[in-house]
Amino acid sequence: MSKLTLKTEGDTHIVVTRRFAASPEAIYRAHTDTKLIQQWLLGPDGWTMPVCICDARPGGKFRYEWTNGKVGFHITGEFVELRPYSKIVHIERMYLPDPTPDNHVETRFEPDGSGTLMTMRMTLPDPQTRAAMLATGMEKGMEASYIRLEGMLRVAA
Amino acid sequence: MDSLDASFAALADPTRRAILARLASGEATVNELAKPFKMTQPAISQHLKVLEDAGLILQRVDGTRRPRRLAKSGIDAMDQWLAMLRKALEKNYDRLDQVLAAMESNKEGKRR
Repeated sequence: MSKLTLKTEGDTHIVVTRRFAASPEAIYRAHTDTKLIQQWLLGPDGWTMPVCICDARPGGKFRYEWTNGKVGFHITGEFVELRPYSKIVHIERMYLPDPTPDNHVETRFEPDGSGTLMTMRMTLPDPQTRAAMLATGMEKGMEASYIRLEGMLRVAA
Repeated sequence: MDSLDASFAALADPTRRAILARLASGEATVNELAKPFKMTQPAISQHLKVLEDAGLILQRVDGTRRPRRLAKSGIDAMDQWLAMLRKALEKNYDRLDQVLAAMESNKEGKRR
């Protein structure tokens, strides 16, 4: 049983939801504290994040660098809005090595019973970017890179 | 990976997704596929070519007709690949579960 949902919305959005058995405060901290981020935002087995810079305040910048020992890549971004402990809005792009178009990400943490429901809504500039993100970024196992093309896979079923 | 790139690029267009949705309910000719869209037959044929090149649909010869249908192998390849990516995401959040549990037990420890 999976607790994760991934779906596309319209032509440019991707929405991910996940429930956690922890308070919104703890999850918010795990998204903004570098020592915590480095422990989980790693994608597939074998990847580490040797560089994790995160200035979690409006206008603050972040930079995450991943490596699997052989190759690496990084993303940079800026925080737009931070509402402890319920909402984070940021913009990010990946370097492959050229920067990808900006991905606008809104992450919400809502109390849900004794835990928290996280909803991450990404907005890409256009459908082509969303498709390209699927075809390149997702294999890196990044937060911004996960999706299920719900509609198209449903039609294939 | 190249063929997956083509598959996803092919799916970036709403008309092509609609064509796939139509084909999911059975094979259809260019004429039948063109009907629901305000598009010329050549325009639809162009979309069909993109889908075909991406390995998402196939055509067969039936007299003068060339009905199209979904190509299961192309769709399956994408589905498997997405399942792999989905696993990577689940991995992140499973790790986050552990981090959160450790944060919680630290807090408990300090309280005692």
